[in-house]
Amino acid sequence: MAYGVRLHVWGDYACFTRPEMKVERVSYDVMTPSAARGILTAIHWKPAIRWVVDSIHVLKPIRFESIRRNEVGSKASASKASGGMARGSVEGIYTLIEEDRQQRASTVLRDVAYVIEAHFELTELAGEGDNPGKHLDIFNRRARRGQCHHQPCMGVREFPAFFSLIEPEMALPASILSDEQKSRDLGWMLHDIDFDHGATPRFFRAALVNGVMSVPPFHSEEAKS
Amino acid sequence: MAITNRYEFVYFFDVTNGNPNGDPDAGNMPRLDPDSSKGLVTDVCLKRKIRNFVELTEEGHPGFEIYVKEKGILNLQNKKAYEALSITPEPKKLPKDEAKAREVTAWMCANFFDVRTFGAVMTTEVNSGQVRGPVQLAFAKSIDPIIPLELSITRMAVTTEKEAEAQSGGNRTMGRKHIVPYGLYRVHGFVSAKLSEKTGFSDDDLAKLWQALTLMFEHDRSAARGEMAARKLVVFKHADALGSAPAHLLFDRVKVERVSGERDTPATTFSDYRIVLDTNGLDALGVTVEEKF
Repeated sequence: MAYGVRLHVWGDYACFTRPEMKVERVSYDVMTPSAARGILTAIHWKPAIRWVVDSIHVLKPIRFESIRRNEVGSKASASKASGGMARGSVEGIYTLIEEDRQQRASTVLRDVAYVIEAHFELTELAGEGDNPGKHLDIFNRRARRGQCHHQPCMGVREFPAFFSLIEPEMALPASILSDEQKSRDLGWMLHDIDFDHGATPRFFRAALVNGVMSVPPFHSEEAKS
Repeated sequence: MAITNRYEFVYFFDVTNGNPNGDPDAGNMPRLDPDSSKGLVTDVCLKRKIRNFVELTEEGHPGFEIYVKEKGILNLQNKKAYEALSITPEPKKLPKDEAKAREVTAWMCANFFDVRTFGAVMTTEVNSGQVRGPVQLAFAKSIDPIIPLELSITRMAVTTEKEAEAQSGGNRTMGRKHIVPYGLYRVHGFVSAKLSEKTGFSDDDLAKLWQALTLMFEHDRSAARGEMAARKLVVFKHADALGSAPAHLLFDRVKVERVSGERDTPATTFSDYRIVLDTNGLDALGVTVEEKF
């Protein structure tokens, strides 16, 4: 943990979609390591480094809310498309989007706050100019000043994540997670997608212990694909 | 030329005797936050209006096509890219060649305003055609709780002959309409300069976005909407692409004061509010503020 960082993140809504319920999206109870990596990456990332999430602290009670929205249902039918291609024209070929609609409900988290504890490793793409100190400095400087590559989000982009760096000497923000929620089994949770092996998802047995979810190493026994 | 500065914006709009965004889960009642009874308007609802406005004002102008039209077929729009580049389309797949795939994506960004602004998923099976846009909106929420009203209305006609017979020629239909008597909504938006480099979202596009936010409700009149109006647009411009201050601290500088009536009770007009902007020390942070209106 020599190059560890701690980032306080919060937002009004969050949706860390469970892969088994992604048509009508249902969020996990807690931010996934994959989503946490996405937040870190939004602040600083280079191909030379790989973020590794060590633990996620849950600071607020886990509460859900349902939101139903009109989403685009499907792509156009192949026959219509090929008809248009044969004519070589898109003029006048329309379908009412109202007829191509799916109303999908999302069960999302409300009023969330977490502390992400993470570190990074250098990858094989690291060049001579890359050393851990440099990337750590860049990340810390950006997080401290509120700089980012793009605004990080809580699982989906319509739910922005706000962030602030927790300096090494600073105490963690106080948790108001209720006592009955502090320690619980969260079941199998997505760890991350293994992009090196054909985008295979890997899962781990997540549990909150006193408000903290520890994350096993990605390629360990505890993470199954 | 992509934009070179990061931006955040706070946008206010209000509704009088209308339904800004119906909730399909609640029989098209105005969306409500169950915790606070404050009104909600989703991000996609506002993006739809931005697209409609750009389609309306830039019709036929090259580079300002709209990909997700209210009456459009997505795959046919995709095909335009293939035709322009003379690539034989493989069904549901981008070309295997990565360079060609990038060309298709770049062409889509160059031609479609909403693709380079909000991004788009342009393939059905292969992931490589996904573009993340620089502009992102969050949900809009009303400043104070709203009290939606349900109005019953009658129509002096019926749809079918059978109904007419059942009413022995009375020929009336009852309907329902939901309105918010008044609500002022606030929404936060983000513009990432770094993502604009990938889609080519330019300063002209940004100007178009501000124009759309200023005028889009003027072209979205309908029986359901009532009177909706854009009230204020505060834009925070950072000195560089990465930005120089956290977004949440900038948003905190825009405060809404209730000058008439109790806080946390429904307001009746825009003049019940005063929007206050704290610009103290922003210069030192390297952030400039523009109040678009």
